[in-house]
Amino acid sequence: MSDSYDQISQQLKGRHRKSTRLKYISMGALALAGAFLLIFFADMLSKGLPAFKQAMINIEINYTEDAARNGREAVDRDFSTIISRSVVRVIPLEMRNDPSLLGTSVQRWVLASADVDQYLKGNPVRLDDDEKARIDRLVEEGKVEMQFNAGFFSRGDSKMPELAGIMSAVIGTVMTMIVTLAIAFPIGVMTAIYLEEFAPDNRLTQLIEININNLAAIPSILFGLLGLAIFINFFGVPRSTPLVGGMTLALMTLPVIIISTRTALRSVPESIRHAAFGVGCSRWQVVKDHVLPLAMPGIMTGSIIGLAQAMGETAPLIIVGMVAFIPDVTASFTEAATVMPAQVFTWSGEPSRAFVEKTAGGIVVLLAVLISLNASAVLLRKKFERRW
Amino acid sequence: MNSQAPQFSQQMAPAAGQPYTRNEQACHDLSIRVRDLNLWYGKNQALMDLNIDLFQKNVTALIGPSGCGKSTFLRCLNRMNDLIPSVHTEGLVEMDGRDVNAAKMDEVALRRRVGMVFQKPNPFPKSIYENVAYAPRMHDIVSRKAEQDELVEKALRDAGLWNEVKDKLQEPGTSLSGGQQQRLCIARAIAVQPDVILMDEPTSALDPISTAIIEDLMDKLKEKFTIITVTHNMQQAARVADYTAFFHLGEIIEYNDTKVMFSTPAKKKTEDYISGRYG
Repeated sequence: MSDSYDQISQQLKGRHRKSTRLKYISMGALALAGAFLLIFFADMLSKGLPAFKQAMINIEINYTEDAARNGREAVDRDFSTIISRSVVRVIPLEMRNDPSLLGTSVQRWVLASADVDQYLKGNPVRLDDDEKARIDRLVEEGKVEMQFNAGFFSRGDSKMPELAGIMSAVIGTVMTMIVTLAIAFPIGVMTAIYLEEFAPDNRLTQLIEININNLAAIPSILFGLLGLAIFINFFGVPRSTPLVGGMTLALMTLPVIIISTRTALRSVPESIRHAAFGVGCSRWQVVKDHVLPLAMPGIMTGSIIGLAQAMGETAPLIIVGMVAFIPDVTASFTEAATVMPAQVFTWSGEPSRAFVEKTAGGIVVLLAVLISLNASAVLLRKKFERRW
Repeated sequence: MNSQAPQFSQQMAPAAGQPYTRNEQACHDLSIRVRDLNLWYGKNQALMDLNIDLFQKNVTALIGPSGCGKSTFLRCLNRMNDLIPSVHTEGLVEMDGRDVNAAKMDEVALRRRVGMVFQKPNPFPKSIYENVAYAPRMHDIVSRKAEQDELVEKALRDAGLWNEVKDKLQEPGTSLSGGQQQRLCIARAIAVQPDVILMDEPTSALDPISTAIIEDLMDKLKEKFTIITVTHNMQQAARVADYTAFFHLGEIIEYNDTKVMFSTPAKKKTEDYISGRYG
């Protein structure tokens, strides 16, 4: 006799309970992951956002003859201890470039010293009570205030935290990524096309395939060693430059691009290839006219993800000397440069308290760039995806 | 020669009203001549000593149970089997007096002469227009835009699709219904003006109405093209084919005029199959 409806329902109860339990466990896992992400972002933003504000002081600068020799003479003695050293340093230079300034005076906003900045942000500083009182008074008078730190986005690194900016690192990153993309994308895509569409399936190609998959799992610092040994020591590529950094990261990005391109090519239905062969396409025409256009969104997404990964990479760049002190924006691919994660790494090692927020600020910028890169990957995919 | 294989030269009967000529002599209406064709997938032999003559401007149906090698044989005719690395063939497939498997025969040139329509409609993910225009442009059959437009219209008319799509040529080919897609694939195949069109179960994914349209189309197209079609549907073979070949386990059991074969099959196996006793 077969089970009655009630018996079946009885059995089903347990099964339904199990699936409900599994559903809640997965939701819990998602919530936990989301919470970690939220805490991380909140922490980074709370630490990093102050870096986008900077204390400024409104002072009078007198371009006297004394000031032409020693910038300190140009400002009121009371102020000279609380403004950034960088301000007084450039005054003689300004006067040399523009002799007509001699004898004039000008009222303007200048950078405050890091101590003032940190004091106003409520962080512990080495200022005595007199100085603190004076700053409070100046704030009341409106001579000291917090302003948007545009310099953080327009200047290079500096040993003075109030002067340090991320611009040279951003430019360094952009140039390095250009080199990486220019090398890794064509080589990676063509390799994948060969392996997927042309190569015979034999021992050799299987060996190559296994090795490419393994390459993707190799610790990135080894690529740095390879870059040092091959590119710098053997080929003599100048060290610390976007060129050598980009070449090293290209090695690291290649397997990612190859693997994602192969996946994208494999996802193109075989029937499209048959249709193309059937009308008399050569192999290359099949790839160029039919397979590649369909695989392109996947290839681009994979490449951008690979690039984003390379962008966040620090270890191999340390080995090829890209953790350098770069105060000026790099102008060419063969000049020393630094990249954003390396800049964050440098700042995190600075003893001064004011660099803590620079570190967090650098991370915020890096994250913003990475998120926008990944978002563009998603958008590209959406735009070029063919749903037919 | 396999002892079970039909003695082809004796077995070939002249069709009523067809100018039949003997195998060994050149004959003007012979399209493809196959002699002692063997094919292996790795170590498995899929085709055994096939001998068959396929005639021009006729529909030849290949029937037989699943796995009997009829689709494999069809793909030998335009060397689509080359795409499968494990396949190895021996024997002669001769088209217009040329061995298609010869080293100097370019398979791209061959496929220009021998078009193919697949089991599942597989239009390119491009516009309807582009689906048809792509191959002629690639083969330099057309150069000017006007010529191309003309050719696209003609191919779509020949495929009986023009009236349905003339107002939406720029829409994706995949937006059409299954039957329309299959006719688009036929238009794509005839646009390069081949001699032979291979059809691999062209109606098996379609509803009866679309199937009937395609069958009518095959009837019209045989005025211009040699059509070789694989089908699982014996009524379809009886309806559209002038000649029918019955495949079983990689061999051609019987090949004859369709009417003769369906009324008086020469072999027991053929009779069992077409009467629905197995397969």
